[in-house]
Amino acid sequence: MSVWTAVPADDFWHRLFSFQNYGELLGLVHNSLIAGAVLGLVGGLVGVFVMNRDMAFAVHGVSEISFAGGAAALLASVSVSLGAIVGSLVAAVLIGMLGSRARERNSITGVLMPFALGLGVLFLALYQGRSANKFGLLTGQIVAVDNPQLAWLVGTSVVVVVGMAVIWRPLMFASVDPDVAAARGVPARSLSLVFMVLLALAVAMAVQVVGALLVLALLVTPAAAAVRVTASPVWVPVLSVLFAVVSAVGGIMLALGGSIPISPYVTTISFLIYLGCRLVGARRGRRGWARRSGAPVDDVSVEV
Amino acid sequence: MTRETAGAATPRTTGPVLELAGAGLTFGDRTVWSDVDLAVQTGEFLAVLGPNGSGKTSLLRVLLGLQELTSGRLSILGGPPGRASCCTIGYVPQQRLVDPITPVRPRDLVRMGIDGHRWGLAGLRHRRETRERVDELLDAVGAAEYADVPVGLLSGGEQQRVRIAQALATDPAVLLCDEPLLSLDLGHQRQVVDLIDARRRSHGTAVVFVTHEINPVLPYVDRVLYVAPAGHAVGSPDDVLTSETLTRLYGTPVDALRVHDRIVIVGGSNETHHHVERLPR
Repeated sequence: MSVWTAVPADDFWHRLFSFQNYGELLGLVHNSLIAGAVLGLVGGLVGVFVMNRDMAFAVHGVSEISFAGGAAALLASVSVSLGAIVGSLVAAVLIGMLGSRARERNSITGVLMPFALGLGVLFLALYQGRSANKFGLLTGQIVAVDNPQLAWLVGTSVVVVVGMAVIWRPLMFASVDPDVAAARGVPARSLSLVFMVLLALAVAMAVQVVGALLVLALLVTPAAAAVRVTASPVWVPVLSVLFAVVSAVGGIMLALGGSIPISPYVTTISFLIYLGCRLVGARRGRRGWARRSGAPVDDVSVEV
Repeated sequence: MTRETAGAATPRTTGPVLELAGAGLTFGDRTVWSDVDLAVQTGEFLAVLGPNGSGKTSLLRVLLGLQELTSGRLSILGGPPGRASCCTIGYVPQQRLVDPITPVRPRDLVRMGIDGHRWGLAGLRHRRETRERVDELLDAVGAAEYADVPVGLLSGGEQQRVRIAQALATDPAVLLCDEPLLSLDLGHQRQVVDLIDARRRSHGTAVVFVTHEINPVLPYVDRVLYVAPAGHAVGSPDDVLTSETLTRLYGTPVDALRVHDRIVIVGGSNETHHHVERLPR
């Protein structure tokens, strides 16, 4: 079922896209595809709140610390997944406890991240095994996801999705309208910590597939794209999940034949979707978001 | 030092909606206010005035159950404040800048006022009723036409209308407003106050209105609680907003001048000048 068999080998493009024996390859990586879809679902959902709570930088921090955890696990010859989870949970709890306001959170993240990244580099330098393993943690790997790993991914994602469903409404309230939510007795601090833990689990999953450096492509970009085209509380998460799944699964499918890691494909699709949404959103902004008649002139504050 | 006047022209059904008795609040060794005795009746419009840092916001936090009194007691509809009072109090916060891409529409904000604090996803069972209720609330404040425009794209006056609809979502017995007129122009200020006033007349909702600027609400106010560095006073605007009372409350000479139907408060010394209103040029 080769599509491009007769194409003369332009080496660059051939390394980038190759669809030789595509059907067989697809069969071999169907675990990876499921993993990609699951990751897209989780990333898209969590991303909605990463946007609403202005936490993109914190996500980046958690993923770097997750990387350090994975690297430590690699060095200690224990499960990399476990290391990544422990790393991101520690990061999320630290960032969640020490920085409840956005500014604080950014500085805490900025302090913790380079330290953890340095530790990660140290662990990798000490590691004697295959160097492909080293690189994979940072930039992603398309090694066939084996069954235990897939079970782990699916299990974690069930926890995250169920958790998100339970806290969705009050967390949304506390995120977009913190003053009134607090007045109504919404426990903002606990919700924030629970969300950080769910976020940590999602990051640890994503680190396995797209690598620590590129987690944002699945946890931030899809939601950032979605809010450009809709403000509906139903459509934002739906589109965000759709964009993330298309990026993850599409990226894996494109990367199959080439000899390049999966990440550039995922991030490029994700970025293109974002660009498209910005264009649509810009046109929408110019024409007025929703038609209304006789909109009053915006106020100018008058001190009397 | 508290003076009560029975001048509130309000329909009294049962007991007070909100009652503070000997209430005091202390942070460390700093007393914010003490011995506040106050009973707000059904349908009453109470303005809370005072300079920055005099504890107006702390008072609101106490009424919302977010801050414990250090002394005295607070009861809301005869019971203790706190979580259970979530639906007897409607809260209109200061206007905040909302980022234009925050994915929230007036419809959603009002909806949160109804069931935003509940766990889990919104069920499909009461979808229609909730939707109708949201439409009704938005309609009542004249915000129906921009119900689907992202909140960040609305003007300040429009946002505050939506805020009022949200605060009224649970049919509260008392509406707490925290500087809701801040950064609104005069026209929008009047519209917002009119909405609040109409509500208390039609539903008997008591209004506690925190503001640093009395004039926009002066025609509607039944009583004033003035919190200042050297004490507080409760009474009708005519009783409290006088040179004599304010001088006592600030502990420094202050003049309260009546200019037509406005009151202008002028600090008599440089130290307090920034605390109180300047004369309009």
